[in-house]
Amino acid sequence: MMIELTHNPIDVARVLASAESRSAGAVVLFLGTTREESEGRRTASLDYECYPEMAESELSRLEKEARQRWSLIECSVVHRLGHLEIGEVSVAIAVSSAHRQPAFEAGQWIIDRIKHVVPIWKRENWADGESQWVHPGLETPPTTAGE
Amino acid sequence: MRTSVRLFAVARQIAGCDRVELELPEHATIGDLRQQLGRDIPALSGLLGPMLFALDARYVNDASLVPPNAEIACIPPVSGG
Repeated sequence: MMIELTHNPIDVARVLASAESRSAGAVVLFLGTTREESEGRRTASLDYECYPEMAESELSRLEKEARQRWSLIECSVVHRLGHLEIGEVSVAIAVSSAHRQPAFEAGQWIIDRIKHVVPIWKRENWADGESQWVHPGLETPPTTAGE
Repeated sequence: MRTSVRLFAVARQIAGCDRVELELPEHATIGDLRQQLGRDIPALSGLLGPMLFALDARYVNDASLVPPNAEIACIPPVSGG
């Protein structure tokens, strides 16, 4: 089990290894990666920030709840913070179970819940020079340089 | 009572700081705090509707009481992943 927030590039092999087990018949690895285009607008890079104490406790709660919902062997979640270039891994989730279905379902459920409840935010640094915090359902103003 | 509210992402951007101190009456609720935050930082008032609040790193609703000396966090809609 590995629940981490990190400013360093995510070591995907380490996350995957943390979910491996001799009793596992399936290990599912999900990687969220930073995309170059959002709704037709080009992104140059992204910045992630979080409420550290709460983001970590919410990730731990999701891990515990996933274990209650599915029969899992291992469950690891690592989320990146700080400045990310396009194509980098922003989140890695590795789940193992005796058979494949719980691992697939739990992995999808965890990433869906992260996007709803874990206090982590990204800012799109658009290729045209503007930057903007992403808050689903909110129209956000562009930031000025240095913010 | 003085209450400290942590701000993140767009709320921090608009307020220009990562923390604000609010003066609230005794027995104020999170809903009262939400309104006071909008009065103290008018530029934020139009964005506060969908924002959530956390007390001691747990989500609370507008009916929750704000304990004395509490640290509250304003949580804009999240966008991790």
